[in-house]
Amino acid sequence: MFARVFTWAICAAALSFSTTTAAADLPFIVLQSTTSTQDTGLFNYLLPMYRELAGVEVRSVAVGTGQALNNAANGDADVLLVHAQADEEKFVAEGFGVERFDLMYNDFVFLGPPEDQANIRGSKDIVEAIKKIAANEAIFASRGDDSGTHKKERELWAIAGIDVDAASGRWYRETGGGMGTTLNIATGIGGYVMSDRATWISFKNKRGFEILVEGDPRLFNQYGIILVNPKRHPHVKAELGQAFIDWLLSESGQKTIADFRVDGQQLFHPNAKAKVQ
Amino acid sequence: MDGEHRASGNLQSRVVHESLILPVRIENLVYEIGKARIIDSLNLELSAGGCTAILGYNGAGKSVLLRLLHGLLTPSSGIIRWAGDFDPEFVRQRQSMVFQSPVLLRRSIEANIRYALTKRGFKGEHRAHRIETVLEQTNLSRIRHRQAMVLSGGERQRVAIARALAVEPEILFLDEPTASLDPAATIGIEDILVRARNEGRKLIMVTQSVGQAERLANDIVFMHHGQVTEHSLIEEFLATPKSPVAQAFIEGKLYK
Amino acid sequence: MEEIFEGFATAAVLIARFDSALFEIVELSLRVSLTAVLISAVIGLPLGAAIAVARFRGRNFLIVCVNALMGLPPVVVGLLVYLNLSNAGPFGWLQLLYTPTAMIIAQIVLVTPIIVALARQFVEDANADYDEELRSIGVRGAAKLITLIVEVRHSLLTVVLAAFGRAIAEVGAVIIVGGNINHITRVMTTAIALETSKGELALALALGVILMMIAFAVNAMASLIKKIGPKSYGR
Repeated sequence: MFARVFTWAICAAALSFSTTTAAADLPFIVLQSTTSTQDTGLFNYLLPMYRELAGVEVRSVAVGTGQALNNAANGDADVLLVHAQADEEKFVAEGFGVERFDLMYNDFVFLGPPEDQANIRGSKDIVEAIKKIAANEAIFASRGDDSGTHKKERELWAIAGIDVDAASGRWYRETGGGMGTTLNIATGIGGYVMSDRATWISFKNKRGFEILVEGDPRLFNQYGIILVNPKRHPHVKAELGQAFIDWLLSESGQKTIADFRVDGQQLFHPNAKAKVQ
Repeated sequence: MDGEHRASGNLQSRVVHESLILPVRIENLVYEIGKARIIDSLNLELSAGGCTAILGYNGAGKSVLLRLLHGLLTPSSGIIRWAGDFDPEFVRQRQSMVFQSPVLLRRSIEANIRYALTKRGFKGEHRAHRIETVLEQTNLSRIRHRQAMVLSGGERQRVAIARALAVEPEILFLDEPTASLDPAATIGIEDILVRARNEGRKLIMVTQSVGQAERLANDIVFMHHGQVTEHSLIEEFLATPKSPVAQAFIEGKLYK
Repeated sequence: MEEIFEGFATAAVLIARFDSALFEIVELSLRVSLTAVLISAVIGLPLGAAIAVARFRGRNFLIVCVNALMGLPPVVVGLLVYLNLSNAGPFGWLQLLYTPTAMIIAQIVLVTPIIVALARQFVEDANADYDEELRSIGVRGAAKLITLIVEVRHSLLTVVLAAFGRAIAEVGAVIIVGGNINHITRVMTTAIALETSKGELALALALGVILMMIAFAVNAMASLIKKIGPKSYGR
């Protein structure tokens, strides 16, 4: 008898579990964004602050830029925050987004093992540096996932005139994972890798890797923010989404971004153009 | 032991149940699996009451005949004609069967018996009364709450018989019910069967043991290659078997 | 190696101080996976039993299909559910994407084939033993199915536990349809994936240790039910 009561109790518990809702009753918007903004902890810092301020919950989905653009085009977001300017402008031009705003930037850095077999340390010219990597056939870990970072990296190889597809599987390794996954792989196999500075600074599994090349203007990494077009997807919460964007672009929002620190270092540099009222 | 069983086997006077589906007449019965004829144009007539033992070597088709009679298998051709013109489901409701290795449900002895009764439509007082009666008859009252899974072979077979008798069958089919039991357990089972027979139930039993047939049966059906080679009273069969096969079987010899 | 010890130590610390963020994630993991497995069992056990007993055209083909579906990759399930629940998909109007409900749906799709396929096998084996006896008693149809399910209940409990194991351990489906949103759809496995990508290997491992402990607790509870079950059944 006891056993039967016990069994039913468990079933009942499982059911009651399912009927209670976890979500708070606050109004919310969905933000499609990139792994770099999540893995650095920026959202964990920014979003609760906005929730206090505006009483709106921002639910962030962190995926690669390619997937974020795709999900937003399907209407599965209210706001899009990514870093691939050309694609973002195309997204708006095709009518999926209302308008694109510069939000902030950081930069990409080239990392490698302390031995630095291709001898690129301290180079100020990123294109020369990656030519050396290719010439040495030193192992390079690429995101290979169509993300903003990946697109940037492919641009650099193209400028250097190196056909990495031909080297894929030999010294050019495409991980197909997020930034963190790719960093784990690079530090694991002792290969060179390109990362946004923010993710690298907050990354905990460094294994002696260092920044070897930085500061080339071609390594600039601009983030943009876009409201998904309610004319295209009627259920988009345009007002809530626009309010969130307006706050980020405002003086107070920009200062909040600038104040975000990991290990004492500023990770993102706000650069929104002052909005004309 | 023997004499006592035989003496109480004088049955006609002690029939307490009405016969509805017996006698049964089997005409040109055929059962095939693929090209193999397991039952080959078999003819047989069985009357109400008493115990009929079906004897024969392995592969003679005894168990298949039992399953055809019980409706578990469908004949390839031929007719099984039960007395009265009843629906096949009604016929099966008047029968029950005990298998060589019975399958008991994973619950107590009493619950196993109650299950069969419930499924056959017994309810309330009547069901409770039947449970008590058969537990008593099969000497299982004391261990009625024991789990079926922990029973010995003899106990399991007693539960199977109790379950089969509980539903008040007109015919009880038994497929070598004591084949894997020790002599003591066998005697226990045979005592129960004698009592069931004396209540007026028809027992139709497949057995390999001539001794068992002698102790329990009134008549013998001897089968060979899917056919009945003879159907006679037990005394007749033992004294003057009609075929060399039956002769060899009685003497416990190999027959080629 | 260092990370492994650190992982266990971190796990101990998290549990010892009743870390509220951890408990939120654990609760959601259990809520999602238990609900999904419960619903899958309600659908899958009778369906598996029915396929075991029924004879119909295309039965063998159906069995091969269901068995093959056991190997369905979670990411594919996630994608299929995403495409259906997306605002561009047929069920976008339900607004379920990036909610725990979407994760439950994905896990139901993932584990129901496991329950159907294994239940079918166990019930079919039992049917081979019980068929004549039950037909002799006169048990048919749904009554027969119920009897068979009750008879193999211990095996079926193991089936349900296997399904639960798969549900609570998978990450590919829930990360796509749930989005790993903090406080909303973050469960044990997506949290582990996130901490790993942040390079917080010890913390990721600690969460893994805790996930194992949850799985152990659920299995221990099931084994307890199994032990006291038969004594009380059918008295």
